[in-house]
Amino acid sequence: MSGHGVAVRVEACAKTFADGTRALDPVTLQFARGETVVLLGPSGCGKTTLLRIIAGLERPDAGGSVHFNEIDVTRVPIERRNVGMVFQSYALFPNMNVAENIGYGLKIRGIADAERKARVAELVVLTGIGGLEHRRIDQLSGGQRQRVALARAVAVRPSVLLLDEPLTALDAALRERLRGELDRLLRTLRITAIYVTHDQSEAMALGDRIVVMRKGAIAQIGSPRDVYFAPANRFVAEFIGAANIVETRCDAGALILPGGRLPVADGTNSGAVTAMIRPESIAIVAADGAILSGQVDRVSFVGDRQRASISGAAEKPLTVDVPNSIAIAAGDRVGLSVDPAAVRLLPGDVS
Amino acid sequence: MSPIRNQPIFAAQLLFTLVVAAFLIVPAFLSMLAGVTVNYFRGIQSGLTLQWVEQVWQLYPDTIFRSFVIALATLIVTLVVGVPAAYALHLRSGRLSRAIEEIITLPLAIPGLAIALALLLTYGGFSEFRRSWLFILVGHAIFTLPFMVRSVMAVFAATDVKTLDEGAASLGASLWRRFRDVIVPNARPGILAGSLMVVTLSLGEFNLTWMLHTPLTKTLPVGLADSYASMRLEVASAYTLVFFVMIIPLLIAMQIFAGSRGNTLGWRR
Repeated sequence: MSGHGVAVRVEACAKTFADGTRALDPVTLQFARGETVVLLGPSGCGKTTLLRIIAGLERPDAGGSVHFNEIDVTRVPIERRNVGMVFQSYALFPNMNVAENIGYGLKIRGIADAERKARVAELVVLTGIGGLEHRRIDQLSGGQRQRVALARAVAVRPSVLLLDEPLTALDAALRERLRGELDRLLRTLRITAIYVTHDQSEAMALGDRIVVMRKGAIAQIGSPRDVYFAPANRFVAEFIGAANIVETRCDAGALILPGGRLPVADGTNSGAVTAMIRPESIAIVAADGAILSGQVDRVSFVGDRQRASISGAAEKPLTVDVPNSIAIAAGDRVGLSVDPAAVRLLPGDVS
Repeated sequence: MSPIRNQPIFAAQLLFTLVVAAFLIVPAFLSMLAGVTVNYFRGIQSGLTLQWVEQVWQLYPDTIFRSFVIALATLIVTLVVGVPAAYALHLRSGRLSRAIEEIITLPLAIPGLAIALALLLTYGGFSEFRRSWLFILVGHAIFTLPFMVRSVMAVFAATDVKTLDEGAASLGASLWRRFRDVIVPNARPGILAGSLMVVTLSLGEFNLTWMLHTPLTKTLPVGLADSYASMRLEVASAYTLVFFVMIIPLLIAMQIFAGSRGNTLGWRR
């Protein structure tokens, strides 16, 4: 697949701040040309620091290096890296109108007026902010500001597009809509993009690959499906989506639970195990004759499905997604059925 | 009509405000009135005259002119030094930056006389420099710089200038372009507020100036002290009147300028 922009390689980049705080352990990562990679993790996991190192806003500790198309740019300041950056707070210039903001990078590059105008016009259409060119920044809504920031960042045809939580400042409905537009834009431009977020649904919707980070280190790198279905550890399992974590013994290919036995597909190892079961892979069946059973504690109806909490099956209550057509209520005794392939054994706890 | 208002309390507050305002304004007014009274000791019934004002205008025109030159020069120095300094201090968060910030602010706490004495001890020997108005300019710049730096830094802190700077840098702007295109335009309210402070402080500065001046480099406040000491009270009062007449339009003009452009950050070119 041929994309635009550059391939980015981060080599042994660590960051220790002046006050001694270690924000990032040495990280080595490759970003292919044209791919969208999401750096995902809770606050303080080092994702923004890593993005800022790639941008050139932070210098990695000695020994670390950043390469754009195999050219070492570690010592190149941000203004000469030809990156496009979208900030969480947008960082739009209040002293310039929308068109001037979008055209600023082109102006810096000495692009002639006519060409600049044409490019701005093109981007205004691409980002859906036509008609707002002469507005002041303080006359725009949050969503419009976000689009202007995006147009401004891509106007200069950057080598790599860096997005630092670009949707976080927006309300939920708008965030969802803009996420779709952003996805379309990234597919259209096919530019190398590195996207930082703490929102796992954003990460899954946008990323070709997701880099899950935790406490300054990489917890897992994989496609959205990989990290969802095959989390490398308990942290990833719990951070991405909802997960039931069951700590028990495995014996003869099945988990030994208080409410019964649960067959496991990869249940070759026996002894103490940590297993993960997604709420949607547990099905409610008749209690009689079920291999695993429990009692409904609580049901909350959320429209497209209902989420139930079932106690007695495992040590801790299990969260189960139940289709909205099935009527269940607190107190019901239910049987549970789980596809053995959907039970994921996790390596030992890393916390 | 207005929302529920407690009439007696409102009346009391209004009265209090008026009393305080009168307490502050009446002396200034009386002083100015004295400047146009034929004989202050016989009071206003002695008649009104402009002869004292005229006398001031004949005796002290150089002090008035010099004060404005020094105020303008002080403003230029504090702008050229203070705005970039505020930018640098805002972007750099290290201990050294904080130390420099404190040092810049120090003249606020040190009596003007002490600063003047230090300047005299250090540079008093350079007689050319000592005798010129530039010597006073140095004192004024030291004294007013913290006002400019603080006022600009306050705006920087309120507008997240650091991110704006990073945004401009990401688009390829060099340090100078960022400063020119993004930092200064967005620091306007602070620069205007700081300029207002610097000009008025410089025009009215007495402590430092009194120590630093020579008979040939008197400023308006020093000349005022001189006239109080050696002239009729009416002349000194007329001098005060001249001072007010010159500074009040300036203050109003700068306030209007700051109000029309400064309070909205989305300033248009």
